[in-house]
Amino acid sequence: MQENLVALQSILTKEVTRYFRIWIQTLLPPAITMSLYFVIFGNLIGEKIGQMDDKPYIAYITPGIIMMSVITNSYSNVVSSFFSAKFQRHIEELLVSPVPNIYILLGYIGGGVSRGLLTGAIVTGISLFFVDLEIHNWFVVFVVILLTSTLFALGGFINAVFAKKFDDISIVPTFILTPLTYLGGVFYTISLLPEFWQKVSMANPILYMVNAFRYGFLGRSDIALEVAFTIIGIFIVALFSFALYLLNTGKGLKS
Amino acid sequence: MSTIALDIKQLSKTYGNGFEALKAIDLSVQEGDFFALLGPNGAGKSTTIGIISSLVNKTAGSVKVFGHDMDTELTAAKRCLGLVPQEFNFSQFETPLQIVVNQAGYYGIPRAKALPRAQEVLTQLGLWDKRDQPSRNLSGGMKRRLMIARALMHKPKLLILDEPTAGVDIELRRSMWDFLTELNQQGTTIVLTTHYLEEAESLCRNIAIIDQGKIIENTSKKALLSKLDVETFVLDIEAFHESLPTFDAIEVRQIDEHTLEVDVKRSHNVNSLFLKLNEIGVKVLSMRNKSNRLEELFVRIVENKQ
Repeated sequence: MQENLVALQSILTKEVTRYFRIWIQTLLPPAITMSLYFVIFGNLIGEKIGQMDDKPYIAYITPGIIMMSVITNSYSNVVSSFFSAKFQRHIEELLVSPVPNIYILLGYIGGGVSRGLLTGAIVTGISLFFVDLEIHNWFVVFVVILLTSTLFALGGFINAVFAKKFDDISIVPTFILTPLTYLGGVFYTISLLPEFWQKVSMANPILYMVNAFRYGFLGRSDIALEVAFTIIGIFIVALFSFALYLLNTGKGLKS
Repeated sequence: MSTIALDIKQLSKTYGNGFEALKAIDLSVQEGDFFALLGPNGAGKSTTIGIISSLVNKTAGSVKVFGHDMDTELTAAKRCLGLVPQEFNFSQFETPLQIVVNQAGYYGIPRAKALPRAQEVLTQLGLWDKRDQPSRNLSGGMKRRLMIARALMHKPKLLILDEPTAGVDIELRRSMWDFLTELNQQGTTIVLTTHYLEEAESLCRNIAIIDQGKIIENTSKKALLSKLDVETFVLDIEAFHESLPTFDAIEVRQIDEHTLEVDVKRSHNVNSLFLKLNEIGVKVLSMRNKSNRLEELFVRIVENKQ
């Protein structure tokens, strides 16, 4: 057990060192991109929009923008790190070693979560220049961001296991993750949508995360909190089990 | 009674495309041995090593490392094993120190204990001065030594080296041989695959030859070399233009005016050759084996089986 914890710490150290070493690619871009969101959507366009769900537009979109950066960074950290490890074959260092697969998975997910949370903290810091941030429930804010980050880190891991070339690690973020995030109620309340599109939106898991997170900040959500937590929990258990199954069978890693 | 370091029984591997890489091979390596696994390209060497090191899923059979069955005691088996693969497989962006300290961590060795061990192995392999350079900047030979250093961090009882000196210059190869010999003398069991048969002949005590997924020889180096019934020597001579005499059980060919090639049956000595050459005024300046003895035997064995 003690030895496995040392192994886990080594994987985490390796992962954190990796994204700090390339901070210009990992930590700086979300800071710049999200600053632009605050300037353009929050200040310039937001002032024209006025209120959304009885809150100033910039205050309404801030939780969604933070969540967007957490989702993107948790996912991309694991997908690029694990795929690089496969591509450069240094994943073999771990496969040859006695580290149990569950610790390998926890190490990579931990790396993705730490980058997601760090990016979230950076974007939250930037938001303070644009909006007086109110926190309705600290516990909800922290738990939702932690669970969401875990879920998307798991998604990135599974993507990396199946990826055979570098193109494969950008297909899911570009064609699935980004549209789902934009349509997940980051910039609007779904009550603005016609009833049919409201029902369609309910099939988008990101909607639940954004709304639960927004509840933590503003005390407002399109979705009941317990439903959001249940959905996130189900996805985490399902993806974690699948990722561990892939590691145990050596899918994409062993011939 | 000596312990069996590596015990392979009826090991088979059929890849997804139907290619049968291993056909129920049996192999046993004693503790403390320096063992060579030889074979032509595609014979099944890397597949065997891949299965032992958990990088390839076997189709059937069993592998035990120091008595630990890889099916039931995988963690214990892995702890006994160190692998130096054929291809570079470390992060090109990390430094040698980061690579070996992380590797120690995967074996449960905390950083505080790993750092002095890292200094020890990196110094032994001449890499301590390069410990903080990105590994992509190291030369090919240094990268090979880095993989050996990494494999030794947890002091494995069984070290497997897959073509460890491929692409390494002669001087460095010799120094790596010395290092591996010393390691073996200190008690580490070593299994080596190599294309340099001179390497196997110099280092190993026991040899197995694998071809087309089957073990076709598995014996001591001494027993294997005794099968060689003819040895070929090259003689460097002073200029000679006359025709050569014939000999019993010795075949002499003149390659050019300064070189002779001589095939000598093992049952005969070469004294009569030198007497006759002396009689006809041929002055021999030097003499050497035409090729590595094991190499000759290897080619013969593999060709005979095909």
